Amino acid sequence: MTATTAVPVRPAKQPKARGQRDKPEKWGSPVTYFIALLLIAVCLAPVVYIVLGGFRTNSQISTNPAAFPSPWVFKNYAAVLTSTTFWGEFANSIIVALVSTIGVVVLGVMVSFVIARYDFKFKGAMYSLFAAGLMFPMVIAITPLYLVIKDLGLVDSLFGLIVPQVAFGLPTTVIILVPFLRAIPNEIEEAASIDGASRLGFFFRMVIPLAVPGVVTVAILSFIGSWNNYVLPLYILNSQANYTLPLGVQAFSSQYSTDTAAVLAFTSLAMLPALIFFAIFQKRIVGGLTGAVKG
Amino acid sequence: MNNTLGTETAAGRSAQGALQAGGAVSSASPAARATKHRRRGRVRMRLEITLLSGPAIIMFLAFVIFPVVLAAFYGFFRWKGYGPPTDFVGLNNYKLILTDPAFQAVLWHNLWILVLSLVIQGPLAIVLALLLNQKIRGRALIRILIFVPYIISEVIVGTGFSLMLQTSGAVNDLLEHIGLGFMAADWLADPNIALWTLMAIISWKYVGFAVILMLAGLQSIPEELFEAAQLDGASYWQIQRRITLPLLGPTIRIWAFLSIIGSLQLFDLVYIIWGQYVSGTAGTSTMAIYMVAQGRNAGNYGYGSAVAVVMFLISLIIALIYQRFVLRRDLQGAVTEGVH
Repeated sequence: MTATTAVPVRPAKQPKARGQRDKPEKWGSPVTYFIALLLIAVCLAPVVYIVLGGFRTNSQISTNPAAFPSPWVFKNYAAVLTSTTFWGEFANSIIVALVSTIGVVVLGVMVSFVIARYDFKFKGAMYSLFAAGLMFPMVIAITPLYLVIKDLGLVDSLFGLIVPQVAFGLPTTVIILVPFLRAIPNEIEEAASIDGASRLGFFFRMVIPLAVPGVVTVAILSFIGSWNNYVLPLYILNSQANYTLPLGVQAFSSQYSTDTAAVLAFTSLAMLPALIFFAIFQKRIVGGLTGAVKG
Repeated sequence: MNNTLGTETAAGRSAQGALQAGGAVSSASPAARATKHRRRGRVRMRLEITLLSGPAIIMFLAFVIFPVVLAAFYGFFRWKGYGPPTDFVGLNNYKLILTDPAFQAVLWHNLWILVLSLVIQGPLAIVLALLLNQKIRGRALIRILIFVPYIISEVIVGTGFSLMLQTSGAVNDLLEHIGLGFMAADWLADPNIALWTLMAIISWKYVGFAVILMLAGLQSIPEELFEAAQLDGASYWQIQRRITLPLLGPTIRIWAFLSIIGSLQLFDLVYIIWGQYVSGTAGTSTMAIYMVAQGRNAGNYGYGSAVAVVMFLISLIIALIYQRFVLRRDLQGAVTEGVH
């Protein structure tokens, strides 16, 4: 859009009648590329530092903190990959993230369907209730939330992480899914009802398949949110056997604070799953966020 | 939204139209059979609504709303978290919090972080979004890569940065290598610098998110507007100032709201990098750090709950003021949408 004035990529398209106005075009593009490259370098440098640091030895790191591995050593990563601590925490993170995501998606689709496609008195209030939930971030509620979890006897259990994560994931889910479900044309619903499908039949046979793209967005956000959650596990989990990866990274880095290379290897392996997940689904994440803002 | 009410027959549907038009249910359909059918339909609909929305609402009320209410109750007690609270102290906890210089300091830090986040990330994100909105090669890849810091957990970001920013760490080493050794500093412990270090890390982590939002906002502006302005002889910068920025307004205001809420609840990064004790002397601790240190780590759950209530009220007041004066226009559609 702005490209027509500022980018010489397709100069032929623009008649050169207003020559002076097109002047910025000439140098606009290289500057753009330069800034874009600089931006990418700044964004990725810390990540690269963590990953490469895992391939160095502690003496390499202490004599030359900012340098490439020479020679490359693999023992740090090997040590992490063969440790039961890492894989135990990895498994805990996976279990919590998967179950939380399933919970958020199932409950979220159900309530969003009601708000989007039923007409009843408290519909607006219900939507506002969940919308207001965006103003209750988990950190603010963590102290009383911990007390509730404690009273339920869920302290130091993975279930004690899953239940609050589902509850706190609902507002975003509802905000994203309601416009999505509302956009399903009424004609489809009418056709389903003429074919003899009940409202619930319509829900299961038509809505769920049609809502898959929105559901995937919500599921990814929920999974990454759970994977990265720190404050809730910090309060709920006591024993190292139940730690999720964020707590594990923190525990490892304070336990082996002198072994910087090992800490970097552990840290980069802990971030890898979220990055892979993001690489696979990046279109949905970026697209879903933009959709949420427009809705 | 005419046919959203759930009944499976054409009769039910026409009745529903009447219900929406005037709310006069009894006069809608004279046929007894249809009335019976409709009534059964309505009972059934209520059952469906209850079954489908019940679990989510119960979860939400029990684990999001109820804890905040509970905190308001516990906040009136001096209580260590065991057994029922008995030592009622009235508003004493709140008096202690508001007169505690440490709390005033963390509140001040939070407000600084809030303002600086808006002032640094906002213009930066708009400029970057304008740049990246041009049709350059690899635009999709750039958009993915600048989003990477947002995906990585704050614990990992914090661990990585605290290693890089040590006095003998990679950042100072790099500065020496490129001849800027005089700029090397104690990035984390020096109280004159620490807050700015924190702002740099926050900007690094969250500016990609802001850029993605701004790009989405830019792409929703109709292209004809730019073409028309161009035909009228507007320069690139005139177009940005007169057309792009005003039309980007809703996106900027929503982003600012998210940023404000995020700034007020900042915890993970500071806790990982500075820890609960050092953050106080470095001048980076936040309300959430104060709450965790004074509440859970000190075992004073009554006091911690009161801090939670204060934090919640501050966030709520700021959010309401913002919504009242800034977001009003944008949210009119979003929040009341469900009513129509």
